[in-house]
Amino acid sequence: MVITAVMKVGVLALQGDVREHISALIACGVNPIPVRRRQELDAVEALVIPGGESTTIAHLAELFDLIVPIRSRIARGMPVYGSCAGMILLAQNILDAKAGQKSFGGLDITVRRNAFGRQVDSFESDISFADGSKELVRAVFIRAPWVEKIGQGIEVLAEIDAHPVAVRSKSILATSFHPELTGDHRIHSYFIEEVARTALQEVQ
Amino acid sequence: MGEIVMSQEKGTGRVKRGMAEMLKGGVIMDVVNVEQAKIAEDAGAVAVMALERVPADIRAQGGVARMSDPDMIQMIQAAVSIPVMAKARIGHFVEAQILQSLNVDYIDESEVLTPADYKNHIDKWGFTVPFVCGATNLGEALRRINEGAAMIRSKGEAGTGDVSNAMQHMRQINGEIRRLSSLREDELYVEAKEMQAPYELVREVAEKGKLPVVLFTAGGIATPADAALMMSMGADGVFIGSGIFKSGNPAQRAAACVRATTFWDDPKVIADASRGLGEAMVGINVADLPAPHRLAERGW
Repeated sequence: MVITAVMKVGVLALQGDVREHISALIACGVNPIPVRRRQELDAVEALVIPGGESTTIAHLAELFDLIVPIRSRIARGMPVYGSCAGMILLAQNILDAKAGQKSFGGLDITVRRNAFGRQVDSFESDISFADGSKELVRAVFIRAPWVEKIGQGIEVLAEIDAHPVAVRSKSILATSFHPELTGDHRIHSYFIEEVARTALQEVQ
Repeated sequence: MGEIVMSQEKGTGRVKRGMAEMLKGGVIMDVVNVEQAKIAEDAGAVAVMALERVPADIRAQGGVARMSDPDMIQMIQAAVSIPVMAKARIGHFVEAQILQSLNVDYIDESEVLTPADYKNHIDKWGFTVPFVCGATNLGEALRRINEGAAMIRSKGEAGTGDVSNAMQHMRQINGEIRRLSSLREDELYVEAKEMQAPYELVREVAEKGKLPVVLFTAGGIATPADAALMMSMGADGVFIGSGIFKSGNPAQRAAACVRATTFWDDPKVIADASRGLGEAMVGINVADLPAPHRLAERGW
């Protein structure tokens, strides 16, 4: 692989705010493509799982045979970032899930769905994000989950009221909030430059 | 970390409009009881609309159609984990206040119910809960956004199973958006006047080439092919009312419509989704409906 090649980043496009993630990734200088099929997944080096309805995305992923391929790519080190529903889909354990709700897993965390409440409790707030910058980041929480329990090797990057809302484990990043809605691409840029590029260079 | 407690702002434009962004590419299904809500959730619906009668029954039974019983809405909220929406009558801000107090996730100020005010819609800015409103053209959509709607759905003729009105209104709205984008800046003032919409919103649409909020479609969608048709016309997602639970095999039809909405551009997937669904809802041709019974014409 040529180091100077533009990174190919897939956005899982079964349902949700795919367009916003694609715009944010373009702003980060990578080449984003929507992923709905196995061949499209095989063509990308990293994957973003958007915000949306986690039960719907899981349902469609199962129907179109994407659960196992995504799970095994993650296990083999594919860098992946999930926002909100994406965090739920990357969690090993889900609380308040629909009966039998599947996830891709990969992150040794337990998340609670809709932990902050229903839509009337959705909010935005400035929070600190541990990427080395002291600047606060505007975070939009929509029927958002939080991390209830973390396993080994999980780094907490942001929290609200002692609940982790941004976590990382090597090549996997997850946030409860939606940086794709604010026009500030700091979190996406952190994913591309710090998480994905590092992980892909190690694989080489 | 966390030594400073930052303020948490609820009910902002971003939070309300953002909620609709999360529903994109999905199907929102009308349900009248817990059993239907669970079928919808299992089929992959992104949200359910809790109401007492689906539009086809409102049409058949007549009378005044109102907000649903709070008990029924709360039973559905308790039964499913996906967002639950509910309908208030046009202009009936007290019904909307009640729905907000029940913590519904979105209020549909809907022409399917009998209007409570034939002049004014609800002032939606005062609410924490977001609103979706119907529109048949761009001016109507922008008037609703000006009143605080955080999501728009193109109106079809609800309860008919006839997709022609949804098609017409989606073409109308998107056609007007394309036309706005082609105008000179100094022509937008008169355009706003003629459209009876605020100039700032008209200019925003002209610049961006799209509505400032998510645009779903609704009314008369009864098959996976209908859902895919509306997605290919530029809808961000689909509301299905009577089309699912007035059909022969609701669970299968619901799942099929979800698949077709995601793969709207793949006829092979839509063909597979369309196989063996049993009977579709019987349907009424919109052309056969006398004008006073046309719901899409409600709203101003």
